[in-house]
Amino acid sequence: MSIAASWYLTLAAVVFTIGAVGLLIRRNVLVMFMCIELMLNAANLTFVTFARELNDVGGQIAVFFVLVVAAAEVVVGLGIIVAIFRRKPGATADDAHMLKG
Amino acid sequence: MEPSLLASATIPDAITFVIAGLIVVGGALGVVFMKNPVHSALSLIMTLFGIAVLFIEQNAQFLAAVQIIVYAGAIVVLFLFVIMLLGVDRNERIAAENSTAQRTGAIVLGVAVLVEVLLLGTGQWVTGAHSTTGSLTGQGANVNVIGKSLFTTYLLPFEVTSALLIVAVVAAVVLARRHDGHENVQPEIGTKEAHELAATETEAENGAPVR
Repeated sequence: MSIAASWYLTLAAVVFTIGAVGLLIRRNVLVMFMCIELMLNAANLTFVTFARELNDVGGQIAVFFVLVVAAAEVVVGLGIIVAIFRRKPGATADDAHMLKG
Repeated sequence: MEPSLLASATIPDAITFVIAGLIVVGGALGVVFMKNPVHSALSLIMTLFGIAVLFIEQNAQFLAAVQIIVYAGAIVVLFLFVIMLLGVDRNERIAAENSTAQRTGAIVLGVAVLVEVLLLGTGQWVTGAHSTTGSLTGQGANVNVIGKSLFTTYLLPFEVTSALLIVAVVAAVVLARRHDGHENVQPEIGTKEAHELAATETEAENGAPVR
């Protein structure tokens, strides 16, 4: 037997919280993006833990899809960031208010 | 109540978990609190490796390999590439970024959510039916089980994923292009663009220190 599931889930919750707090307190767009990756990884860890505990392959498949979506999200997100930086060098999240009414 | 760490685990398992857990949490804190975005990205790699170790601990070998190849090998490299491309690899003052109220609010909110989740989970962490979509301990290795499931039960989502990736690639190409849509094309002499180009060029020449 290995470590009880509760430990993994607690660890995942902690990592998710760190990611969420980081997303709220940082204004550098790139670091905010990394915090989103942290949260996705915490969710992945939860998925794998439940897959092991419930002996269900669905959890690991879900992680696979999360990975793919994360890759697509990063590609598009970084493209947007590069486009914003081309207009305003040194931009933070607060400078991206072009759609503000 | 929470079972003790060693209740059902061997000592090597417990040691691996503790070390990997410390790496994961340390890396996550590094992502948030490092001043330099490059250091944040490297901390992110640390976290991803730790999570890959935890995947192996839970018999998800395929996902551990994919985690390292896709995340550490592709996504973080993309992050670093963009950081270098934009030239934002310098230190910034985190304390000056936001108001104190905003920061305390965020931390209080985060801790409240964490405590709530942990309280809700106490005593009944994992509930529900076992092996509803298929057993994880089927025939063959972890890769066989995942592959079989991916190409039978989850075939349609898998195909949709490929469409998603193509859309992402097209989107990246569109976003990376210049706004005017005809880069590298010299404007014809006499047109408005040609005048603008000439004006910006003169500006650049005048603005640059000539020696």
